[in-house]
Amino acid sequence: MTIQKNRLSEETYQANFQDIHPPYRSEESAVREAHRCINCFDAPCTKWCPSGIDIPGFIRRIASGDDKGAARTIFTSNIMGVACSKVCPVERLCEGVCVFTLLKEKPVAIARLQRYAAEKALRRNWKLFEKGRSNGKRVAVIGAGPAGLACAHTLALNGVAVTIFEKEARPGGLMTYGIAAYKVTTEACHEEVDYILSIGGIELFCEKELGKDFTIKDLQSKYDAVFLSPGMGKTRRLGIPGETLKGVYDALSFIRRIRTEDRAQIEVGDKVVVIGLGMTAIDAATQARRLGAGEVTLVYRRSEVEKPCSDRELEIALLDGCRLLWLTAPVGIQGKEGKVTGLVCSRMKLGKKDSTGRRLPVVTGETFELECDMVIKAVGQEPLGDLFSGKDITDKNGKIVLDDHFMTCIPGVFAGGDAVNGGKEVVHAVQAGKEGAKAILGYLGR
Amino acid sequence: MADLRSTFLGITSPNPFWLASAPPTDKKINVLRAFEAGWGGVVWKTIGAQIRNVSSRYSGFSYRGAGPVGFNNIELISDRPAEVNLKEIREVMKAFPDRAMVVSLMTENNRESWHELVKKTQDTGVHGIELNFGCPHGMVERGMGAAVGQVPDIAAQIVEWVMETATIPVITKLTPNVHSVVPVGRAVVEAGSNGISLINTIQSVTGINLDTLVPRPEVGDHSTFGGYCGAAVKPIALKFLTSLAQDEVTGKIPISGIGGISTWRDAVEFILLGASNLQVCTAAMLNGFRIIDDLCEGLRNWMDEKGYKTIDEMVGLSLPRITRWEELDLNFHVVARIDQEKCIRCGKCYIACEDTSHQAVSLEAGRPYNVYTIKEEDCVGCNLCKIVCPVPDCITMTEQRKGAEYLNWSEFQRRNMPL
Repeated sequence: MTIQKNRLSEETYQANFQDIHPPYRSEESAVREAHRCINCFDAPCTKWCPSGIDIPGFIRRIASGDDKGAARTIFTSNIMGVACSKVCPVERLCEGVCVFTLLKEKPVAIARLQRYAAEKALRRNWKLFEKGRSNGKRVAVIGAGPAGLACAHTLALNGVAVTIFEKEARPGGLMTYGIAAYKVTTEACHEEVDYILSIGGIELFCEKELGKDFTIKDLQSKYDAVFLSPGMGKTRRLGIPGETLKGVYDALSFIRRIRTEDRAQIEVGDKVVVIGLGMTAIDAATQARRLGAGEVTLVYRRSEVEKPCSDRELEIALLDGCRLLWLTAPVGIQGKEGKVTGLVCSRMKLGKKDSTGRRLPVVTGETFELECDMVIKAVGQEPLGDLFSGKDITDKNGKIVLDDHFMTCIPGVFAGGDAVNGGKEVVHAVQAGKEGAKAILGYLGR
Repeated sequence: MADLRSTFLGITSPNPFWLASAPPTDKKINVLRAFEAGWGGVVWKTIGAQIRNVSSRYSGFSYRGAGPVGFNNIELISDRPAEVNLKEIREVMKAFPDRAMVVSLMTENNRESWHELVKKTQDTGVHGIELNFGCPHGMVERGMGAAVGQVPDIAAQIVEWVMETATIPVITKLTPNVHSVVPVGRAVVEAGSNGISLINTIQSVTGINLDTLVPRPEVGDHSTFGGYCGAAVKPIALKFLTSLAQDEVTGKIPISGIGGISTWRDAVEFILLGASNLQVCTAAMLNGFRIIDDLCEGLRNWMDEKGYKTIDEMVGLSLPRITRWEELDLNFHVVARIDQEKCIRCGKCYIACEDTSHQAVSLEAGRPYNVYTIKEEDCVGCNLCKIVCPVPDCITMTEQRKGAEYLNWSEFQRRNMPL
């Protein structure tokens, strides 16, 4: 058992990482599907979209051949309409409540239609929005992820001069660095960010980190308001023995390398175990397989009912040949000569419900060892902690706390995204950015 | 099993479905294919006057991506010499002696031309003649086609000329491009026409190319009014058919129904409103001749299910059910009912009624699904909700009479009842 790179030919890497949900190949196909939509009133799909896109509205526009109108409808509610069409767990959101599902029929392909119109706008560089006439206000946004970009866009639209500070070399946040390459390519992320920023009125500085290069106080002196959307920190520690052995990876760093380096240079094991079952766990497991790992096992401490990933995501993992062990919790990583050789697991059973209403796993006392040479941790991220020096604006879990007006306890400092919600979908972050921007506009007295 | 054999003006065919005079019946090769597929008869595309055709010729009208629900054409009558057509007609009849062969005719408006054309046509041994008084384009400008069918006196004159020579049944095909089809219908019947067929196509513009701004069908930089047909014209055709079938003069002679017949259901409706023969064109042009199987089988299955043995016994059965508005029962009242088990919560009934009707659907907000119910006291029974509902039988109209007695508008006024 070894961890090694260069497992596949260039063609196989290419094939393994191509778009998993290909777009419509022709306008006709999109229009045909658009005509399936019956144009519900007070549509369930729109109600279930965290960003509130007028879904029947944009589909009507596609059906009538007004793709520009469709794109504007999408972007008005969700400026990351392209990304969301690719990464949203739609069977839990819009498509999951399409009225056709009540007839046991296939829902309207909302995500694919959204991608059709939104991507067309991006490819053709349609100027759908213009920055508002300057009102002399300046706002600093921390982090160029979905929340920060959505906030900046809404502010620019309303005449605010925005400056975004991004700690990474490139904008996009987890869209750029933390999502499986077969869903969204890194290049596509950059194109989308460029398109969003093309509204004008938004300055972007990369490799500028809050707490290192500047403080909130610095910003407060130069800007009329601040929006914090820094995201989350490192992958959580498991807190079990053996976590420092060679061969233990964290999922986000693993995914980040796939998105920034030559795939052939990324090593994977013969037998890989991924701990966790969120979207990131799935992305890590499937991509490990697609990089040529011999065997990939996902271990999850609860059962299928409680799983955080969507059915469709799980299906991708299973179709990629990943194995899944339910009710399995890691208790220790075994090693030899400093390298991982196995994962000791505890078999669990479901106990009482926790605060989220999900049943808690409890130990049965039975343990077993999974032979492996690589362990990937995907058990969520830690909060960034006190980067903000000064007032404590977070709760005991490290999440930023907001009042009813999306403002932290520091006047003029607003926040949104993963740093507030603890890590949710891109679409939630976009919505938080929009809401934050509206709150800021209110605060600035517009 | 129901017998689909048909006799129209003494012309027999194995089923009542004939192909109408149009491009599908223009040439021997097409008609042979049609007969091989099983069509009961054809009305051979109009021969007579010399013409030239243009390119392009057809355009479609689609709705909600459903393919062409309407169709129009600017093609004229046959552009081949009459002799060629008549030779081919003879050959086809020899190959399929059991099928109906009727030939559509159109020529210059003088006795000699008509006499000559009728004679040479019936000399081939065809079973009948159809007079094209309906073509809405091209020929009109030359005083033929619909130009004839729109003026009762001219139509009657031509029919008289034809009847002077005709020894076989004569059907007059009428145009719908008139306010009422009855005056022309009566005129041609009184002039001696043995039967009537309708409708011919309706003058139309199906749409415009929004890049070039040229309407369709495009002939270079221009277009012209085309004859509209296909499924979309069926309701109009049924109205014209009913007016003729209910008329005391035209209702006495056999009528061949034409206009958007695409399925066996359409066929049944034409028969029930007085057509004893059916002509089809657009549906075949859009799908090929093979649809004759579905038409015959569907019709036969329905007849078996309902206990009808022959076409003739069904002809006109719904005619007494169409009456004048003032004869309708004002005490009849229905209200909508939504089957909550079947409802998929799309809200289409709600928004339709709320915005454009009587605010008789109530909405109980839910996440993500609202619950919709009918406010019976506000429902006027207009059917709108039922029409927009995507689920069959989810909304039903249930009878809740306003009064026991039959009360129509005439009686209502006679009794001087309050509005």
